Amino acid sequence: MSLASQVLHLARRSVIRTIRQPANWITPLVFPLALMAVNTGGLDAATSLPGFPTDSFLAFFLAFPFIQGALFATVNAGVDLARDIQTGFLNRLALTPMQSAALLVGHLGGVIVMGVVQAVWYLAVGLAIGVRIEAGVLGTAVILVLAVLIVLAFGSFGALAALRTGSTEAVHSLFPVFFVFLFISSMNLPRNLIETEWFQVAASLNPVSYLIEAIRSLVIEGWNEEALALGFGIAIGLAIVGLTLSSLSLRTRLART
Amino acid sequence: MERAIEVRGLVREFKGGIHAVAGIDLDVAPGEIYGFLGPNGAGKSTTVHMLTTLLPPTAGSATVGGYDIVKEGAAVRRTIGAALQEAALDPLLTGREHLKLQLALHGVPRTERDARTDELLERVGLRLAADRKIGGYSGGMKRRLDLALALAHRPRILFLDEPTTGLDPQSRSALWDEVVRLKRDEGVTVFLTTQYLEEADVLADRVGIIDHGLIVAEGTPTALKAEIGRPTVEAVPTEETEPARLEEIFGRFGELQPSTAGVAVRLDGKGGLADVVRALDAEQVTVAALHLHAPTLDDVFLAKTGRSLEGEEEPSEPEPDPAAA
Repeated sequence: MSLASQVLHLARRSVIRTIRQPANWITPLVFPLALMAVNTGGLDAATSLPGFPTDSFLAFFLAFPFIQGALFATVNAGVDLARDIQTGFLNRLALTPMQSAALLVGHLGGVIVMGVVQAVWYLAVGLAIGVRIEAGVLGTAVILVLAVLIVLAFGSFGALAALRTGSTEAVHSLFPVFFVFLFISSMNLPRNLIETEWFQVAASLNPVSYLIEAIRSLVIEGWNEEALALGFGIAIGLAIVGLTLSSLSLRTRLART
Repeated sequence: MERAIEVRGLVREFKGGIHAVAGIDLDVAPGEIYGFLGPNGAGKSTTVHMLTTLLPPTAGSATVGGYDIVKEGAAVRRTIGAALQEAALDPLLTGREHLKLQLALHGVPRTERDARTDELLERVGLRLAADRKIGGYSGGMKRRLDLALALAHRPRILFLDEPTTGLDPQSRSALWDEVVRLKRDEGVTVFLTTQYLEEADVLADRVGIIDHGLIVAEGTPTALKAEIGRPTVEAVPTEETEPARLEEIFGRFGELQPSTAGVAVRLDGKGGLADVVRALDAEQVTVAALHLHAPTLDDVFLAKTGRSLEGEEEPSEPEPDPAAA
């Protein structure tokens, strides 16, 4: 059986698992949008600040659900992988002629499917409530591609945590850590308008800021090459690092001869 | 004839210098049921993990189905089926989905998967539960599905790691029947680990007894018990019987054994049950009951290790964790 076919079967299992755990798909579909609604209600006045890049805070904040949704998908999928290790299901898979790479790619395939569904949903809701994508139809497609890349990058770190620890609890504990990165970013304000100096420095050092800004630029500006280059560059870089490290961990975890 | 399994000096050392398996040799012939018997923590599961290629050995060598477990891991995996200690199933998938995934990963053509799935479900009696999620299966049903998964790709050699632990007697008996059928009808070689003496006695053509990572005895159950040789006579005293007198009489016929019911002696050949009865009669000692116990595999274990396997309270052997090794 080819690697692609093995990946397909394992990704299918991952998607079935997600569908059968409603909390794993309801939460990422609802919670980020709920938070967006709350923040938009409370921070709408920020659009009056001199230099704020748009008069719609909703449009400004639409990038946030993509990142938070990616975090949810990542942690849920990481927990699933850790559970496979804890229950011995990984050993069952290891006893088949499955190639090691298929396990990781198949697992991430399931995460990516969830990422695509989420991204389409966030865009659909955004468009339905009046957000206009300045970069047009092509820009919308680019948002989807970037969202998938972000899910892949984050997902590889979720897989890494699962493979390194083999513990669902350890993967769960990643969530607050990821959240810190999300909140200490430019999610609520453009970096140049953050007045607290340490926060501005932290947000500038935080790669999540550039992921948000890349998506945001397509929504509120159109085509901002610098923001896109940074966003894609960081997403790809994180994905490469995450995939490399998780591949190495998989090799240790699957010590089969 | 080429051996189905051949093991020479196999060692597995974990962190801290713990030798879970300390150098074992064994041979299993094609079509044989080999019972690997030992208490928890003896090294049974670690051996199975090495022979199924899930864990590389620290030293020694082994071939399974003629393939080297270190150099030809992929070929070994194509040859074997394995049901490991815990029935590792996904509670969110159905029995049918498990089998289809297993068949697909083993490269069984799509056109054959449905028929093979139905055949396996029928064989293990799960046809009616096939489309239920595993979360709703009983322990026995999970074990049966586990066996079906191990058999999915028609392996020549089957590893069963404590397959009946925790099962009710009915499920245990059904699983035994299936193991016997596999050997009889399909000529499958079975490597079965167990801590149940009766299981090894009933199922195994030959038994290897492992303790502290070493094989302490090996042979057919009959031969091993014959090696111990002598039966045990156990007397249950009446209220009037003086235990000291009973022990004195029994002591003439062999070595006294621990007994919860009264007094027991392993006969050493100086006399049989009739001689014991005659001695009791001559001394006018009455007993409430007199039992003759044939040697068991537990007697073999006791003779080889100085401990009894039944009621053994050692820490459980952990599932070998490659990431922690």
